[in-house]
Amino acid sequence: MKPLDAQNVIAKRIAGELREGMLVNLGIGIPTLVANYVPSGMSIHFQSENGLIGTGPVLDEGFSHPTLTDAGGKPVNALPGAATFDSAMSFGLIRGGHVDVTVLGGLQVDGKGRLANWTIPGKLVPGMGGAMDLVTGAKRVIVAMQHTAKGKPKFIATCTLPLTSTRPVDLVVTEMAVIAFQHGRATLLEVGPGIAVAEVVANTPISLEIREPVPEMRI
Amino acid sequence: MKPVSVKDAVDLIPHGATVMVGGFMGVGTPERLIDEIVRQGKRDLVVITNDACTPGRGIGKLIDAGLVASAIASHIGLNPRAQQEMLAGRMRVDLVPQGTLIERIRAGGFGLGGVLTLSGVGNTVEEGKRVIEVGGAKYLLETALRSQFALVHAFLADQQGNLAYALTARNYNPVIAMAADTVIATAEHIVPVGVIAPDHVVTPAPLIDYLVVNP
Repeated sequence: MKPLDAQNVIAKRIAGELREGMLVNLGIGIPTLVANYVPSGMSIHFQSENGLIGTGPVLDEGFSHPTLTDAGGKPVNALPGAATFDSAMSFGLIRGGHVDVTVLGGLQVDGKGRLANWTIPGKLVPGMGGAMDLVTGAKRVIVAMQHTAKGKPKFIATCTLPLTSTRPVDLVVTEMAVIAFQHGRATLLEVGPGIAVAEVVANTPISLEIREPVPEMRI
Repeated sequence: MKPVSVKDAVDLIPHGATVMVGGFMGVGTPERLIDEIVRQGKRDLVVITNDACTPGRGIGKLIDAGLVASAIASHIGLNPRAQQEMLAGRMRVDLVPQGTLIERIRAGGFGLGGVLTLSGVGNTVEEGKRVIEVGGAKYLLETALRSQFALVHAFLADQQGNLAYALTARNYNPVIAMAADTVIATAEHIVPVGVIAPDHVVTPAPLIDYLVVNP
């Protein structure tokens, strides 16, 4: 079998965090790929914040419906047992702590686990959409991102980009490492396939607790 | 509820009006009303809506036609034209977290002065807002939003104006239908009273001022 690329390594590892019956919100980009790696037979309720619980796999050509879409406006499937609702309900689910896990992309994560992922002032000003509510309100926040961007680490002592929330994320999964944040401290839990601890340390310029031996990601 | 043509409905909207528009990336947006606003050239609009959609669709048509003076929205990233207009200073955009935006509208429609939320505490969203401590936690005071007009799109409307929505086309529609002085609705199908069972009515008829009944 062909080895997985960085994005799919990340997605597959994050799928390992999901449990039967969870309500899960996946952001755009790498997070969307997580759904592809849910073990068969495990039932996960995926939420789309435009007002749907029970989104299913990508539709075959010709089976889309104009009033069944995801948060990007793209056609989506609804599984038997799905539910639709208005935006106030949808964000009540998010802010109210009813979403068990949210998986989002990241531009920067600081030493305390605070995430910046919604804007690059002057360059990219799309709007925060639901990101701030998701990071603030979900029970568990997992960031799916490549470890570096153009060779520069995305972990940074203090975010230079505007924060998405002051609430720290719980887990960051990259192709090089799984890093947990608890009580404002970062711990290296796992290294990526074929990655040495020293390599992670060299690319992660934040204070990192390391308990050797650090296991390799099981994917 | 008064039945009206799409032309008469849009005639009610003056230049410079504040207008809430239903829909999420154009899904559930009353396109007939949007097209008529463009045709009549209603300008300097203040639009309150989830997103800027894409050029040529939904709110995107209003932006294409240069009719939007300012927008309150949560996301404009999928409409490059909207981003250009904002960065060039031709259209003012207030970006609001999506959960905060819908809840401000809900507050406006439910007779509340605003809501307290954790979203945005400690980041740029907090700037200029009151922080209120409740039970040891800091919340932002986000004030209620109301508008002169709400443009709503439903799946079914009965001849009294009761509305039911389809799947993800519901989104902001039932919430904005509570928060405007004048509510104008369009529907995919207009059906006799009784076809929408009481349990399935999402927006009760007294909330609807005008229902567009013919082209």
